[in-house]
Amino acid sequence: MPEKYHIKTTPVPPRLPRIGKHGIVDWREDCARCHNCVKKACVYDRHRQEAAYIRNLKHSDFLFFECMGCFSCVQNCTKDLLCLTINSEYKKLGNHYWTPEIIHITWQQAETAAVPVSGAGYRGRFAGHGFDSMWTDMSEIVRPTRDGIHGREYISTSVDIGKKPSYLTFDSDQKISGLPAVIDIPMPMIVDMNPAEFTLPQLESYIVEAVKLTDLIAIVDSAKWPSALNDNQMKSIEAYLPHIAFHLNPDAPEIPFDVVRKTRLVEIPDGDDVLSRIAELKEKYPGLIISVRVALDSKGVDRTVELSRSGVEVIHTVADFNGDEIGVESPGFIKDMIREIHTTLIKEGIRDEVTIIASGGFALPEHMAKGLLCGADLISIYLPLMIALECRLCSSCRPGLICPARLEDINFAYGVGRMRNLIAAWHLQLIELMGAMGMREARRLRGDVGRAMFFEQLEEEIFGTLFGSRKRA
Amino acid sequence: MERFSVQEKELREILPEKTLKTRVPQVQISREIKPALPRYRNEIAKYIIYRSDDCIRCGKCAELCPYHVHVLKPGYRYFAMPKSYLCTGEACEKTDHYCITQCPQKALKIVKNPMIEALGDYRWPADMLLATWRMAENGEPPSPEYEYNYQVGESGGGFDRIRFKFPETPPVELQDDEIDTSILLNHRDDGRPQIQIDVPWYGGGMSFGSVSNVTQLSKVRAATAFNTFSCSGEGGYMERMRPYDDHMITQVATGLFGVREETIQRVRIIEFKYAQGAKPGLGGHLLGDKNTPAVAKIREAVVGISLFSPFPFHSVYSIEDHMKHLDWIKHINRRALLSTKVSTPTDVDMVAVGSYSAGTHIIHLDGGYGGTGAAPDIAKKNIAMPIEYAIAKVHKFLVDEGAREKVVLIASGGIRTAHDIAKAIALGADGVVIGTAEMIALGCVRCSRCSAGRGCPRGIATTDPGLVTQIDIEWGTQRLVNLYSAWRKDLIQILKRFGMRSVRELVGRSDLLIHLDFTNDI
Repeated sequence: MPEKYHIKTTPVPPRLPRIGKHGIVDWREDCARCHNCVKKACVYDRHRQEAAYIRNLKHSDFLFFECMGCFSCVQNCTKDLLCLTINSEYKKLGNHYWTPEIIHITWQQAETAAVPVSGAGYRGRFAGHGFDSMWTDMSEIVRPTRDGIHGREYISTSVDIGKKPSYLTFDSDQKISGLPAVIDIPMPMIVDMNPAEFTLPQLESYIVEAVKLTDLIAIVDSAKWPSALNDNQMKSIEAYLPHIAFHLNPDAPEIPFDVVRKTRLVEIPDGDDVLSRIAELKEKYPGLIISVRVALDSKGVDRTVELSRSGVEVIHTVADFNGDEIGVESPGFIKDMIREIHTTLIKEGIRDEVTIIASGGFALPEHMAKGLLCGADLISIYLPLMIALECRLCSSCRPGLICPARLEDINFAYGVGRMRNLIAAWHLQLIELMGAMGMREARRLRGDVGRAMFFEQLEEEIFGTLFGSRKRA
Repeated sequence: MERFSVQEKELREILPEKTLKTRVPQVQISREIKPALPRYRNEIAKYIIYRSDDCIRCGKCAELCPYHVHVLKPGYRYFAMPKSYLCTGEACEKTDHYCITQCPQKALKIVKNPMIEALGDYRWPADMLLATWRMAENGEPPSPEYEYNYQVGESGGGFDRIRFKFPETPPVELQDDEIDTSILLNHRDDGRPQIQIDVPWYGGGMSFGSVSNVTQLSKVRAATAFNTFSCSGEGGYMERMRPYDDHMITQVATGLFGVREETIQRVRIIEFKYAQGAKPGLGGHLLGDKNTPAVAKIREAVVGISLFSPFPFHSVYSIEDHMKHLDWIKHINRRALLSTKVSTPTDVDMVAVGSYSAGTHIIHLDGGYGGTGAAPDIAKKNIAMPIEYAIAKVHKFLVDEGAREKVVLIASGGIRTAHDIAKAIALGADGVVIGTAEMIALGCVRCSRCSAGRGCPRGIATTDPGLVTQIDIEWGTQRLVNLYSAWRKDLIQILKRFGMRSVRELVGRSDLLIHLDFTNDI
């Protein structure tokens, strides 16, 4: 049996006090000083921990919010002096898309590298915006394999980046010839370069280490890379280069030939001269895979299809952080744009000739699976890794502004460990979903909408026959 | 053997001798409503009443309040702490017994409880939790003065956007006792018993391990009172349940924990669990912390290790294999009805018809939004379709295939109230299975911490010896009996408004429903 893809993890505790959802307000006044105070009976021992926290206060600007919200002490206090509240700091986390729940669960995964588990069923909305308007299917009987727990040992999450030939050609020696280069990546995910809104330069080295540990690829802006390296420097980065994909910024100095040559993928911005630029690079670096970054604005879908027709092998389609179409008043969502691209390429018979990397709005591991089901080959993320470092997405990371998560203070082991843990947790959860779907290969998820259910479709197909037409929102 | 009734004598012809020898007399439980007061000192309330030192203890408030919020116990000088949870709040302002304005000293103050914001979620909002607690306490649907919006949740879809299309006046005037809420669980003419349950629901499978033995016993005792069923879950069959054998369902799931010939022979219904709504496609999962010596013993497992039930049955690749499974059980227990519990994939209709053709009596659809046990969060909202779609889809398909009359369709996974039950039936189910609602009645606040560590801090879904003692079996039983009673009354009121004499008339009557997001012009 070949060695399985497995990310070795260890817990990496948070640096800062947790911004939990619940807290207990203790009015104290009129306290009866009961001998067996309810606080002593806390199953989680939170009251004692809170007292210890206050005694050894290291962060005067953080209160203790680790209450688990069970109401037991509140309801048992003889004088009814305790009150459970929702932490106002918790409510401020993130934004309408990157909700406090998403940020919280990301922190949890970055700490433990485990699949979040809880009881008492689902607590959320019936359906929602974006990825929340679809469900993955499950298989009642058909499974990837009959062995092991869920058969997960046999599930492959690898995908390919590059052009896949629609037929094989053989040379005069009956050997397959003309196979284009492809990158086999163990998980359908790469790391995008950091956006200007969240600029923290020192993170790049942490990200590169994390992707090396997880055998993934990170896109790095060439403008942030030295234009010349001495031998020692070259030696020290050599092992990292297969995990780096330079975004060749036209305004930046050129990356040394020997550096680019040792990478597997580069990205170039879209533009009028993109095809000639690809030809130029292909000539200079045979075997290097070239991706074109296309903004998913009002022309993004058409442009992606157009580039595919032109023979571009990899297209990195990028929506905004929330997965929305860029610069449009009523934006489409990335899942729908990807579906449109995928369907068009299928109709034109060129789907396998291009790899589509989707970016924007991928906040949770289920989004990765759903993005693939909608037609992406793989996705790219950045913000989840930031959140893994206890970022709250306040968008204040600019020179001169104080980062409330103190990201400038993080050390290498913490930064790399938290990002690695998050990637590992996402990988495990992808396997959970694929196991439930009865899918053995992540490659086969691409565009398999038969393994997905869409809210609009179910409403129309099932409720439409009972209740008429759905009203417009 | 003399202690057995006539019905028991009949069993001698069916059950093997060794099973008969271990059979114990079956216990009867009363369905009489009795108050089952909250077990916490400070019940969570919508409003809080404060009494200031200006109070002169004239007793006027206690005299006025019909809800007994103010209590001055005989022989006591001071009032007890106001029972705020009984206060109707703003609704009382319009009445002449509003203590706040009637107090001669103006010593009383009422405020909205800020803690309500921290209670509940989209599926179980605070009002629904509070109303369920009240029903479990007094066995009555909540009085309208409390203004609990408990009939729908806030999830924004499914049952929460569906309403009944009641006629202005009922087509037939019926008394409550003329309305029948019973359903039959065997629609096949196959010589097996025709089991009737008095209410169109039964209790879902929660194993010993996932919940405490007290919780399990409370569930089955309430089920006994209402001549319905409760399910063992996949955790074995406690000896203490044997006096309730006739109201237990033995679950056969993929791990086969605690499945033995005698536990199959003891009961009248066997449930095959292929999948569950809490984690469709992922099998069962009991984290190691909850696998205590008692749990391990009953499951014949090793203490402290996490127990996984693989998914799916390793012996089932097809409907034909499923049929062999059913035949196996039918041979072991010649009086039992068979239920097949499946989740809700895209092809749930095909699964259902296949299961029917394999010989099941009950098709149990478990939708993705329910579940009480530990589940990966990613599984809870992302896998399989919500039950509302599945019921309608399967019902229609079975009708089209001409099989609907021959099989019982049971739905679960997000059934929270009697109104949800009625909607599920109108969409096409014969009845439902409930789970979370029972936990709420026992005092669950849905903090979701039942999965690990010592388990439920409120003593419901735990096997921790210390925490389990929080609930008394008599109290737990009565809370559930009260909830069942209140639900039955709620259901009767719905049927009454439609002029229906039986809940069976409601099956598949989706024409009596409207969906707020649709034109409803069909």
